Amino acid sequence: MNAPVFVAGVGVVSAIGRNADECLGSFRTETPGMGDIGLLQTRQRGKLPVAEIKLSNRQLATLTGLGSGIPRTALLSALAAQEALNDAGLKDLKDLRTGFISANTVGGMDKTESFFEPFMKDPASGSLHDVVHHECGAITEMVADLLGIHHFISTISTACSSSANAVFTGARMIRHGLLDVAVVGGADALTRFTLNGFNTLMILDKEYCKPFDENRKGLNLGEGAGYLVLLSEKIMKQRQQPAYCVLAGYSNANDAYHQTASSPEGTGSFLAMKQAIQASGLQPGDIDYINLHGTGTSNNDIAEGTAIKLLFDPVYPKMSSTKSFTGHTLGASGGMEAVFSALAIRHGIIYPNLRFETPMKELSFTPVTRFLKDQRVRHVLSNSFGFGGNCSSLIFSAC
Amino acid sequence: MKVYIRSAGNISPQHSLEKELFFSRRMMPSGTRMPALEPDYARYVDTKMIRRMSRIVRMGVAAAMECLRQGGVQMPGAIITGTAFGCMEDTGIFLRRMIDNQEELLTPTAFIQSTHNTVGAQIALLLKCHAYNNTIVHRGFSFENALLDASLLLREGTDNILTGAVDEITEDSHAILTRFGIYKREPSPHSLDNPGEGTFAGEGASFFVLSSQSNSGSLAEIKRVETLYKPKHFADVEDRIHRMLRESSLTMDDVGLIITGHNGDTAHDRLDLHLSATLFRNKTTFPFKQLCGEYPTASGFALWLASVLISEQKAPDWFPAFRLPAKHILICNHDLNAHHALYLISAC
Repeated sequence: MNAPVFVAGVGVVSAIGRNADECLGSFRTETPGMGDIGLLQTRQRGKLPVAEIKLSNRQLATLTGLGSGIPRTALLSALAAQEALNDAGLKDLKDLRTGFISANTVGGMDKTESFFEPFMKDPASGSLHDVVHHECGAITEMVADLLGIHHFISTISTACSSSANAVFTGARMIRHGLLDVAVVGGADALTRFTLNGFNTLMILDKEYCKPFDENRKGLNLGEGAGYLVLLSEKIMKQRQQPAYCVLAGYSNANDAYHQTASSPEGTGSFLAMKQAIQASGLQPGDIDYINLHGTGTSNNDIAEGTAIKLLFDPVYPKMSSTKSFTGHTLGASGGMEAVFSALAIRHGIIYPNLRFETPMKELSFTPVTRFLKDQRVRHVLSNSFGFGGNCSSLIFSAC
Repeated sequence: MKVYIRSAGNISPQHSLEKELFFSRRMMPSGTRMPALEPDYARYVDTKMIRRMSRIVRMGVAAAMECLRQGGVQMPGAIITGTAFGCMEDTGIFLRRMIDNQEELLTPTAFIQSTHNTVGAQIALLLKCHAYNNTIVHRGFSFENALLDASLLLREGTDNILTGAVDEITEDSHAILTRFGIYKREPSPHSLDNPGEGTFAGEGASFFVLSSQSNSGSLAEIKRVETLYKPKHFADVEDRIHRMLRESSLTMDDVGLIITGHNGDTAHDRLDLHLSATLFRNKTTFPFKQLCGEYPTASGFALWLASVLISEQKAPDWFPAFRLPAKHILICNHDLNAHHALYLISAC
């Protein structure tokens, strides 16, 4: 049950690029994806910045081969999952036991919002086409049908940690001999529902977010999708193409403190990181880079920072929050950051934590602020923590 | 490795929290929906907390607490929840206010509780349980995929895994799913004797403590759970049933009772009618959705029913006679003919 699980392909779409290469380009030039709201129809336009993907549903439909009338989350999911499968170079999935395990939190909410306006006035009105894909699972099935995957399909929704859980679920199924290939990750589109929801919690920064800064004011919401293609050792050996890395360890723990807030001491974060490192057979000192959950909210960053201090003090690995580029993409963030972690190992790079100025007074470490190349990146820890105390950590290691 | 049901807690349209009452009295559907019989929640949760919880969270938390109590388990090794629709009541409240108020003057409470993982999170919070916690939201396989996750954890060495299925009916969801033709448009007395368009809407919460070890109180063993997504032919389902039995060294003769997902909706009953005329001919079958109504995680109720019948080794007064002792029960469910789930349940 400890057989290696290989990362053979990656795919990502975000506000900083419609594929992995474009995202890497934005990291190199230190160009964030936040800006004024352009596509999302909301009264918050002009008031709150978001990290929006500047592709209309029609453009996404053309790129993916799906219809443009379906939820945007499915379109984003399809684009990144197709890239990941192409990148893995798996020509034919037919003879392989392939799974698609995808996460999201909004499902078809963008279309449901349109449905509800007329429905609220008259329960007999509103187009049923707009609610037929409301369920989170419906998003996954549409994309699975497009990819031709039917052996195993599942959807996970644990708020902001959703797709990290999808990533390790695929890995566990491979380790248990239930799958040969797993396409794992998640997607979430911006919706009025989530934007207004987070706004009521008063945790959205009206400026661009500043994760792990003493003067941080909150997060910026983003949208995107990120997927990995995981392979069993047996399938990996049949291929010429090298893997990006292995998924060496993972853990899921619960903070059990509050529905939305993290405990001050970061109990859930600490347990997730510690157990993931243990499961990888590593020591904290082996970690070269932490891709932080780092939302930029007062509460997350102090809880995550305190947990890191407890686990790593006095020797800290390099770390940064790529949410300073992509915004917080909720159910997609764990999958996208898993892709960035795999790319960090392959290219020996560390991403900058943009807009960091002032160290947090409680912490004795600071994030990396410039793009670094020619780095030794053997082991990466990727954190995803969410509402409901759901905390998950993944460890990626060079092969 | 074996998977045993150590204990179960269930909230449904039947008296499933009180076994004696359940065995003696069957609740019949009326109207077009079957709401769950909700208990006095103060028996399970602090009243201050109950007030803040939506109905689905109350049902889920109470079923989970009853399950843990019956199993004598204070702290589960993991909490895994399956829900197809998630917390629709709070989703609807926030969505309606957002539209009504044109995105102004909103409060966070409904949004906070609208996330799909709220039930699992609230259970963890009540128990102060820091263990593995996951929520699967995959339509008619939400519960089956939660059981798969639990069985992997058991193999990895975690024990006493609290695993459940929960979904609710709301006014909005009932109106919308009725427009889709899933639920009946007009009240009619009994859906199976009166097949037609649509069926009764249902809801409920089913939680189980799963263990790799049996003890004197264990209810049943889950021998197999199989899922088929959009099978093309009836034979795909029949083949899978045969294979499942064969791999457990059993035949159809060993199966004492078959619990089916037949719900009286003519749009989706072709497989049910075919199987009852072929593979299930001469077998006692019981269509369980007449007890709990139709919803994507209704198989949680079917598993509860099977585990109670097999552990008690008797049929409720109102139940069709089946051969006793019943060592093995087969559950053959489907959700809208797209998600097919087969369970083989055996006496411990």
